[in-house]
Amino acid sequence: MRRIITMTVNNRPGVLNRITGLFTKRHYNIESITVGHTEIEGISRMTFVVNVEDERTAEQIIKQLNKQIDVLKVNDITDQAIVARELALVKVSVTPALRQEIYTLIEPFRASVVDVSKDSLVIQVTGESEKVEALIELLRPYGIKEVARTGTTAFTRGSQKTAATYKTAFII
Amino acid sequence: MTRMKVEEKVKEKTKMSGALMLIEALKAEKVEVIFGYPGGAVLPLYDKLYQSGVFHVLTRHEQGAIHAAEGYARISGKPGVVIATSGPGATNIVTGLTDAMMDSLPLVVFTGQVATSVIGSDAFQEADVVGITMPITKHNYQVRDISELPKIIKEAFHIATTGRPGPVLIDIPKDITTAEGEFDYEEEVHLPGYQPTTQPNHLQIRRLVEAVSQSKKPVILAGAGVLHANAADELRQYAEQQNIPVVHTLLGLGGFPADHPLFLGMAGMHGTYTANMALYECDLLINIGARFDDRVTGNLKYFAPKATVAHIDIDPAEIGKNVPTKIPIVSDAKAALQELIQQQGKPADTSAWLSQLNEWKRRFPLYYEEDGQTIKPQKLVEMIYELTDGEAIITTDVGQHQMWAAQYYKFNKPHRWVTSGGLGTMGFGLPAAIGAQLADRNATVVSIVGDGGFQMTFQELSVIQELQLPIKVVIVNNQALGMVRQWQELFYEKRYSHSLIPNQPDFVKLAEAYNMPGFRAKTEAEAMEVLKKAFAIDGPVLLDFHVKADENVYPMVAPGKGLHEMVGVKACGESSQ
Repeated sequence: MRRIITMTVNNRPGVLNRITGLFTKRHYNIESITVGHTEIEGISRMTFVVNVEDERTAEQIIKQLNKQIDVLKVNDITDQAIVARELALVKVSVTPALRQEIYTLIEPFRASVVDVSKDSLVIQVTGESEKVEALIELLRPYGIKEVARTGTTAFTRGSQKTAATYKTAFII
Repeated sequence: MTRMKVEEKVKEKTKMSGALMLIEALKAEKVEVIFGYPGGAVLPLYDKLYQSGVFHVLTRHEQGAIHAAEGYARISGKPGVVIATSGPGATNIVTGLTDAMMDSLPLVVFTGQVATSVIGSDAFQEADVVGITMPITKHNYQVRDISELPKIIKEAFHIATTGRPGPVLIDIPKDITTAEGEFDYEEEVHLPGYQPTTQPNHLQIRRLVEAVSQSKKPVILAGAGVLHANAADELRQYAEQQNIPVVHTLLGLGGFPADHPLFLGMAGMHGTYTANMALYECDLLINIGARFDDRVTGNLKYFAPKATVAHIDIDPAEIGKNVPTKIPIVSDAKAALQELIQQQGKPADTSAWLSQLNEWKRRFPLYYEEDGQTIKPQKLVEMIYELTDGEAIITTDVGQHQMWAAQYYKFNKPHRWVTSGGLGTMGFGLPAAIGAQLADRNATVVSIVGDGGFQMTFQELSVIQELQLPIKVVIVNNQALGMVRQWQELFYEKRYSHSLIPNQPDFVKLAEAYNMPGFRAKTEAEAMEVLKKAFAIDGPVLLDFHVKADENVYPMVAPGKGLHEMVGVKACGESSQ
């Protein structure tokens, strides 16, 4: 089962290593990680997509992450109303004759062409992983030269209460 | 003097080198003893130690230093402090860090590092110590700026000793120890990401009180968390108030008096029949400060199958990790027990349950056969118990001798038992005895070790001799890696692959080489005689007991089996089951 976990951490050297090391040590499977600065200086935000067997494993992951001194807040936001986005760049082999066809194809995905050469195009798409996946599948028959994906980054919509907030409250 | 000059003067006064800061910080933390080993990267620090008045113990290997610090922490309850140099010095402490992490022992470990200018260049004696020790420390740091040093040391002591205790490592590049900065050692720490919960949730306590009142067959499983929280008195009071029997984990021994009528013994792989059957049959299991290690639970499928599980632990991540828990209580053991005692509630009616347990205790006690000739290791432990009036501090390695010590030395008091539980580290017992003796100078410290583990760290005899620590080193010599041999006998068709060591060195001569008395015993009568001699000597003694070599530790739960499937259980007056 796929879970999306977000957390805020102190932006210190080795923090990402600390977190990924914990996943390795405990044998948890990571699908993707994204990291970036937050609105507060010195604090970064991470979004994890993990595949776990059951709720208990998900709970254990969150508890283990919470134990890290540099981790300030952990949330499993999978079951909440969330905004989740991924960005992908896809380089496709396209002859000039087929360009128009590609433009038409990607239009419903609100993807855009960000680079053109005589025999290829680079398409940029953002959205949920499934959407990115679907577009890549559509483009595959044309001949994909290269794909670069960022992994999911996410947070909850609006100002709804989160299930697990600061560490001290995350008990029981 | 102009005003500016005065200000400069004041500033100068508070400025000091990183090395000196470290020593000042250790004094501020009231550190009584440091275990360490010098080397290139920590030379500035050792230079400042030279006339600092801080008591430093030079062990003969860094592994010895960190195990000694563990022994010190276990007995004193204070953090053990270790200094090692960069590279090989640091990698030599990896085993001890893991051991302390597994057994939740508070350590603050300082490692030297090459200068910041050459970090990452594979410089002489460089190792990525922070990277190496990340998964085996509670937290670790590398100091990158002299201004951070005092804050980091303060945080390290705080993290190591609060919440669930554990080892914290500080890696200090050589140039940081020589750089100068202001020493501003704050009283308080501010760590928003680290706020351990120490007080129990009242609602959960209420639920446990109700569960107890409805229970017919409750049992308390008490772990080392009881000892870390200094909650032995509260545990006893609570168990007596509610009439609930108690079983201990290996590391919890001493948290509840072994001679108490409510005590059922140690649980787990080599636990007593009664303790294990109590865990199997109980309808309410109250775990206090134990982490449901697989050596305690046996096959989880058969663990406490009829029980409602309540778990009191200061580490929320331990609750529900191995065993699904109905009543989770995140708390310090002492605080939780105090509230349980206060809330009382209707005690469980445990009379039928207790009489069943007493019947098992009577019928299936720990058992071994004496032949009056060869030294039975179990008998040896009993003799040590007798001669020390049960008051000694016992340290061990891992293996058969460790299990016999746990089974046959009755721990009636807390903080008398120092053993490597979670990691099972050979070579732990001897250096740990050094730390334990320094933590309690008046105690009789007996280090019970196997002939295998002893040879992993016996160089520390040198420290024992040098400091004239009156430690009695007891080698349970079966000329084998006993537990390995036992498993090969039971599970590998007696194919003793590299577990027998028939040509051990002459340990008595070894003792002489280290300038301490050494005695050997080969019969039961000799054993008693040399033990008496040893305890009469006010100084270190090494004792080599040639015990019955093919003796096995029983009873036993074989790997993969449930606690109710013990083998080697013998009923009084009946043949083996």
